[in-house]
Amino acid sequence: MDTGFLNKAEQVLCHDPVISIEDLCFSYEGTRVIQGLNYVAQERDFVALAGSNGAGKSTLLKMIVGLLKPGSGRIRLFGTPVQEFRDWHRVGYVPQKSNFNPLFPATVREVVTSGLYNRGTMFRRIGATEHRKCNAALEALDIAALADRKIGQLSGGQQQRVFLARALVGNPELLILDEPTVGVDVETQESFFQLLTHLHQHHHLTFLMVTHDREMIESTMGKDPAHVAGKLKFYVKHTHAPMDCDVEDVSHGGGTR
Amino acid sequence: MDILLDSFFQRALAGGIMIGLTAPLIGIFLVLRRLSMIGDTLSHVSIAGVALGMLINIYPLGMGLVFALAASFAIEKLRKEYKTYAELSIAIIMSAGIALATLFFSLGKGFNVSVSGYLFGNIYTLDKVDLMMVAGVTVITVLFVLLNYKEMFLLFFDEEAAAVSGLPIRFYNVAVTMLTALVISVSIKIVGALLVSSLVTIPVAASLRLAKSFKHSIILVVVCSELAVILGLTAAALFDLAAGASVVLLLIAFLLCTFLVKRKIRV
Repeated sequence: MDTGFLNKAEQVLCHDPVISIEDLCFSYEGTRVIQGLNYVAQERDFVALAGSNGAGKSTLLKMIVGLLKPGSGRIRLFGTPVQEFRDWHRVGYVPQKSNFNPLFPATVREVVTSGLYNRGTMFRRIGATEHRKCNAALEALDIAALADRKIGQLSGGQQQRVFLARALVGNPELLILDEPTVGVDVETQESFFQLLTHLHQHHHLTFLMVTHDREMIESTMGKDPAHVAGKLKFYVKHTHAPMDCDVEDVSHGGGTR
Repeated sequence: MDILLDSFFQRALAGGIMIGLTAPLIGIFLVLRRLSMIGDTLSHVSIAGVALGMLINIYPLGMGLVFALAASFAIEKLRKEYKTYAELSIAIIMSAGIALATLFFSLGKGFNVSVSGYLFGNIYTLDKVDLMMVAGVTVITVLFVLLNYKEMFLLFFDEEAAAVSGLPIRFYNVAVTMLTALVISVSIKIVGALLVSSLVTIPVAASLRLAKSFKHSIILVVVCSELAVILGLTAAALFDLAAGASVVLLLIAFLLCTFLVKRKIRV
């Protein structure tokens, strides 16, 4: 979608906006990292966020999920200002692979189930429904056989699937991925992207992914970014493909591998 | 054998069993967050509080608790100030604690003997008030961990994911630090300030080697420390040994066993 000569007020959207960013600025220790950023990601967009180190990718991600306060400007998630947003179960999050302690004594099942914990489930016990959801996510990502293994004992690609399962288990509408393929071999990366592509094409999901992977970006989203702001580049692929995957539950994604 | 029936031994055992439950329960979260040394720091600051309490004649353990709580907040604050050097904040507060303790000792030359009871532990001087303090802290800690088990798992496994889930991260960080201060300060009379952090860390070190899951590691950590406390205190009473040292040496023996067991399974 070319939004180059449309300003934000005129921008025509065929779907509802999921993330809207207005006049966003952010400074870090006196240096402007993000300057007057305007951007709208709509439902069923796959947005790949690229840019050199220090371009503000992680900073932007942190502001979108409410971990950092914007210097000025506004961010809305599903139409609600992020500081008032409470429906965090609508957002799934896949961290950088290197972000966890590999010696942490957690099983795959424990990690995937933790995707269901949020403010609304505080002080509540995990019951049969949660276990069923967890099993479904494990099945869908083809890691059911690993359910009782410790996360640190798995290969990089398997860990990636575990984190994707954790993000999908709560049936989110927006999936945020922070450089999910760093430190994973090429073959695994490819099958991971195929999985993401399937989810994008056939399920009701919007993606925001920070990535350094030029090849993946260019092969799926074309050479030119849909939007450039400072050093941040937004590559976008929007889909109208029918959401026809036979399994209702979004955690299904096993068709492509 | 009569000693086992004495009320002072039974008080000691009751206190030990409660600490044997709470110290490793908090410890597992501290170790997973790479804050193993926080126990040492808080116990040294506690000693400064105990010394001040003796100096100005206020319930020493209570004063130690206040000092530990203040130190835990100072550590959280410094941790933000020196973001990437979490251990620096611990080192700074530890030095401050030891310096203060030394100063108070030198001011009150008369109470060296009773201070050593806090440094090395003197579980047989545990009185009713002490025991009530330990019981209170145990109830608070166990309730907190039971009620927040799954949120704490997510927070300590992946803080960013926990934040994205909308969990009140700051609340949990402060709560865990405060609980640590409480547990450490009531433990010092039982194992002694110099050994208190071993109850926080060694059972965790042993259970991390064997645990098959997070839940499993919590069960193992409590079993391991309770065994050491009960056997250690009993042995100490029967053979007239230092109580804290017996418990800690047993814990180390358990840890060594896990190395042997692991090797056997592997071969």
